[in-house]
Amino acid sequence: MKVIKIDKKDWAGGLERSRNTYKLIGPVKEKDKDISSFKPLGKDMLPDLDVMATSVSPKSIVFPQEEVMLTYTTDESKEDCNLFKSHDKDYSPRAVIGIRPFDAAAFLLVKKNFDTPDYRDPYWCDAYEACTFIGLAINNPDSLDFSPSTKTGPFDTSGLDVLLVETEDSYLAQVVTEKGEAYLNAAGWENEAGNGVDKQIGDMKKAAETKITSSISYDKIKSKEILDLYNADFWDQASFACINCGTCTYVCPTCWCFDIQDETRGKKGIRTKAWDSCMFPLFTIHTTGHNPRGTKLQRVRQRFMHKLKYFMDKYDDGIMCVGCGRCIRSCPVNIDIRSICETMNNYEPAK
Amino acid sequence: MENPYLPYPVRIDDIQIATEDKSLKTFKFVFLNEEDEENFSYNAGQFAEVSIPGKGEIPIGIASSPVEKGFVMFTVFRAGAVTSHLHNMKVGDVMGIRGPLGNWYPWEMLEGKNILIVGGGFAFTTLRSSIIYMLDPANRSKFGNIDVVYGARTPGMLLYKDELVEWEKRDDINMHLTIDSPAEGWDYNVGFTPPVTELKAPKGDADTFAIVCGPPIMIKFTLPVLEKLGYSHDHIIMSLENRMKCGIGMCGRCNIGKELVCKDGPVFTLAELNKTPKEY
Repeated sequence: MKVIKIDKKDWAGGLERSRNTYKLIGPVKEKDKDISSFKPLGKDMLPDLDVMATSVSPKSIVFPQEEVMLTYTTDESKEDCNLFKSHDKDYSPRAVIGIRPFDAAAFLLVKKNFDTPDYRDPYWCDAYEACTFIGLAINNPDSLDFSPSTKTGPFDTSGLDVLLVETEDSYLAQVVTEKGEAYLNAAGWENEAGNGVDKQIGDMKKAAETKITSSISYDKIKSKEILDLYNADFWDQASFACINCGTCTYVCPTCWCFDIQDETRGKKGIRTKAWDSCMFPLFTIHTTGHNPRGTKLQRVRQRFMHKLKYFMDKYDDGIMCVGCGRCIRSCPVNIDIRSICETMNNYEPAK
Repeated sequence: MENPYLPYPVRIDDIQIATEDKSLKTFKFVFLNEEDEENFSYNAGQFAEVSIPGKGEIPIGIASSPVEKGFVMFTVFRAGAVTSHLHNMKVGDVMGIRGPLGNWYPWEMLEGKNILIVGGGFAFTTLRSSIIYMLDPANRSKFGNIDVVYGARTPGMLLYKDELVEWEKRDDINMHLTIDSPAEGWDYNVGFTPPVTELKAPKGDADTFAIVCGPPIMIKFTLPVLEKLGYSHDHIIMSLENRMKCGIGMCGRCNIGKELVCKDGPVFTLAELNKTPKEY
């Protein structure tokens, strides 16, 4: 595989050159706060590459927390009164610099939901296709990273166009796709790394993977019946501490549920798509007041069954989790997807 | 590819009060752009998102039938924000319809079979669509016997009364209308839908399918009756409702296990539902 060596002294310069073709997005730390997220990089801004996993995942790059889908006017003097219109958006090329491999892999899982044989969500898909993902390998995984056991990992290239591997004085840029190569050209990074670079990257990958001690097992979930797991006796215990704050779903790179709402100001209106959460009772309540998931237990069970069982049964492609560890880190009551997954994996229904 | 969130613009062409308590109204819509009607081609049993700028969208079963051209019809119960607003709209008003959405009653599989339809209250909308479809001269010969059990609290709460009376007179459909308690001038059955089904419905066999649509309490007591009559679970077809937003299987709220009511449903057989969590 082609590898370009980027001298760190030319990092800022290359990013600047690429701005002629791309908008740049990258991890940004909030000033004086322990919070980070992916944001558009304004002029002279550099991505904070020492951020391991941003506090919230980069899913908002293609799936903003709130976005306008349609517009309308309720002004009866206008010819287009009460007609919905598509909202024009900018889908010019953008490069996501420094996205971590598990976060890029998450887009591949979420794509299964938004790009289907029957329907294509134009907002998600157009934004996704506009992106070139310039990922950054994780040399020193943190204690909550269990990405290798979710079929990704610290050097995984599955969701990336370029994988950057940081060494002392350079970034080794492994070209994964043509899209990635085009970005490197636009940045003017052209020096191919010398012999032995594949081994160097391979060794660093192995070293990083060895540092990961956390894992998750789901090998036995596939063969279990949905209703057996659904009716299992452990959900009461598993959901006991949950306060239904929804933080896990907001920080998660693979949670995709959303709401649709109209907002009218004066006579101008927008129809928006906004993040929603299966942790909230309003998510499923009927107009009659009946709620199929009216209790906390039902909602916690939904979240884990969706990620670890329904997704697996529907797509036959592993679980809806990339092992980033965010939900574990952010949960105010220490609910841990790894232990719940283990409980599900080991569950045997009473005969 | 089309934007699946963008509704077709429609104009309200007719509004009829559907029940004596005025809680239901039947709306006929015509498409502002002729080609949209073709794009909206649907099957009996599907639904659509009825879409009002500034108010929102609601999933409603399509009450008109694929064999009826030039309009689409919905009978809507006034319940929440969108439906209350819709009930106050006027003929000529412009709004949107997004669809058709979801699956439909399995018409190809049902060809050559006897059909029992059991409906209750205002869940008769897609059942009306289905009856009109089956009774169409081009389709009637494709089906065996057609039996319809339809119950409401009072005569005035039955939907589509003119059509019910017409169907009563025909000899190619067996109507079993019922109301909860006796009423003056009512010459048909009296009693709840489940016991009337037990008395009047044909026995279940390999060539007979039941389509059941009604309030939860009716479903609860009708299913044991159908079992008793010999209907196997894969011969009992139901249509579910759940809270929905997108209607295209993406927003994540209407699932029952791995199935999405909006896209994999709303039509399921009882055999299929037996394998899913009862989250509806």
